[in-house]
Amino acid sequence: MSKKATRQAYGEALAELGRINKDVVVLEADLSKSTKTSIFQGEFPERHFNVGIAEADLMATAAGFATTGKIAFASTFAMFAAGRGFEQIRNTIAYPKLNVKIAPTHAGISVGEDGGSHQSVEDISLMRSIPGMVVLCPADAEETRQMVFAAAEYDGPVYLRSGRLDTEDIYKGTDYKFEIGIADTLKEGIDVTLAATGMLVHEAMEAAKTLEAEGISVRVINVSTIKPLDGPTILKAAQETKFIVTCEEHSVIGGLGGAISEFLGETHPTLVKKLGIYDKFGQSGTGNQLLDEYGLRAKDIVAKVKESM
Amino acid sequence: MADIKMLKEKATQIRKDIVTMICKSKSGHPGGSLSAADIVSTLYFNEMNIDPKNPKMADRDRFVLSKGHAAPVLYAALAEKGYFDKELLGTLRKFGSPLQGHPDMKKLPGIDISTGSLGQGLSVANGMALSAKLDNKTYRTYVLLGDGEVQEGQVWEAAMTSAHYKLDNVCAFLDSNNLQIDGNVDKVMGVEPLDDKWRAFGWNVIVIDGHNFEEILGALEAAKAHKGQPTMIIAKTTKGKGISFMENICGFHGVAPTPEETDKALEELKHVECCTN
Repeated sequence: MSKKATRQAYGEALAELGRINKDVVVLEADLSKSTKTSIFQGEFPERHFNVGIAEADLMATAAGFATTGKIAFASTFAMFAAGRGFEQIRNTIAYPKLNVKIAPTHAGISVGEDGGSHQSVEDISLMRSIPGMVVLCPADAEETRQMVFAAAEYDGPVYLRSGRLDTEDIYKGTDYKFEIGIADTLKEGIDVTLAATGMLVHEAMEAAKTLEAEGISVRVINVSTIKPLDGPTILKAAQETKFIVTCEEHSVIGGLGGAISEFLGETHPTLVKKLGIYDKFGQSGTGNQLLDEYGLRAKDIVAKVKESM
Repeated sequence: MADIKMLKEKATQIRKDIVTMICKSKSGHPGGSLSAADIVSTLYFNEMNIDPKNPKMADRDRFVLSKGHAAPVLYAALAEKGYFDKELLGTLRKFGSPLQGHPDMKKLPGIDISTGSLGQGLSVANGMALSAKLDNKTYRTYVLLGDGEVQEGQVWEAAMTSAHYKLDNVCAFLDSNNLQIDGNVDKVMGVEPLDDKWRAFGWNVIVIDGHNFEEILGALEAAKAHKGQPTMIIAKTTKGKGISFMENICGFHGVAPTPEETDKALEELKHVECCTN
């Protein structure tokens, strides 16, 4: 299996999009080499705007571009986009429903060595709470690429979160077609549903293999649109399997686990176990060490399923 | 040549509409609306290339009311210009009204960007202006900031961006009325020397009397002629301007006048009208 970081796929897709859509502009806050918007910048320097280390300015400037008909992508690290820029995103992008794509990289703890100050485990929760915001979290490079194009097609604010670490391919070479609001059932099963997002989709698939070998039938759903949630697919899983385990590289408060729990609590009360980060900050280490330490591996998913059987 | 008599009449009408609508809604910000009335009148009735029949005209000049709480001055100007029926002014801040407490571009024609949360308008204006430069368009972007508002750090982030990108198509006004909710700006959090600050941030700075139409018009001309830098027009103004018992009274920042006070205010403004005629 091959691997690519979703941030790399983001940067490449942005340049590809730039070639076919002249209305795309990219705003950056001094991290273009890390967020990979430097690839777009290399091809379209006149449409790439660095505002310096100023994330509040970044978001509201993107809003200004959007009022003139541009499709503005604004990138920095997830921590500084959703965290520092929250109020600008809320009031100046989402409140007027402007066509800005907030597309940060370096989401989650797999950021690694930079440590807890740079590891956003709250961004999905923050963005999901904003009225009308679309929240996307790709499982791999191919899905990231498709999300960039889908976000550009969609008229309105989108939050597209990507990661720093190389991520196993899920969709490379397949005929998968991403659509906003549609979750992808990667594997059918009747005992338990693993509803995963981001790089945890691969871990969920690995966990499913182990569980199946032990006679447990596992359904795996890639919930790459966290908002709007694909209600029918989640409801079907709740009806057809015994319980659900949500898997995400994010706090268990307000992320995918929160979204699914809220939805099923009102529609089809179901046991929802959450695999994610339990009220903790990140820390320094390699991304892989941290994924081990915070229990975000296939083996942790297996253990979660077994304790709930 | 600009018709200063007409501008004075427009400003007086706008002031009447401001106090009337805020009195009716029993809620709103009269002080900072009145201090900006002469600037906004000049922009809407002499300066900007806009069309009330085509509020989204692609190449129109833009206006960003960064101090969004002064919404009544913008609503009065838009109504006077013909963007919507003046009757609507009476619905200010009422349930279901397009005249929200702070400007909402989704609800009212003529609003180029929703504002209200302070400190964000200049960034938005920069985005509009960068877009114009990118597409070789000649429209200009006007911004109105409050002097208390520049306490927001984002204003200075945006100030750097405007200068860095040499946005000579951005023209900002700073409504320097020296009052904010909690008192005198210099007591709450000093912002002076404003002219030196903006100059140091790379702006072309012009200081004027914000109630003198010749000076407002002159500054706008100078701003258009100045290339390679954004222009900040620091307009020395009086909060509550035009209504004697509101002038320089901090309490009228966000408090509506009573019906009696409103009658008195309209009487005073009627007198101003006689004098200009």
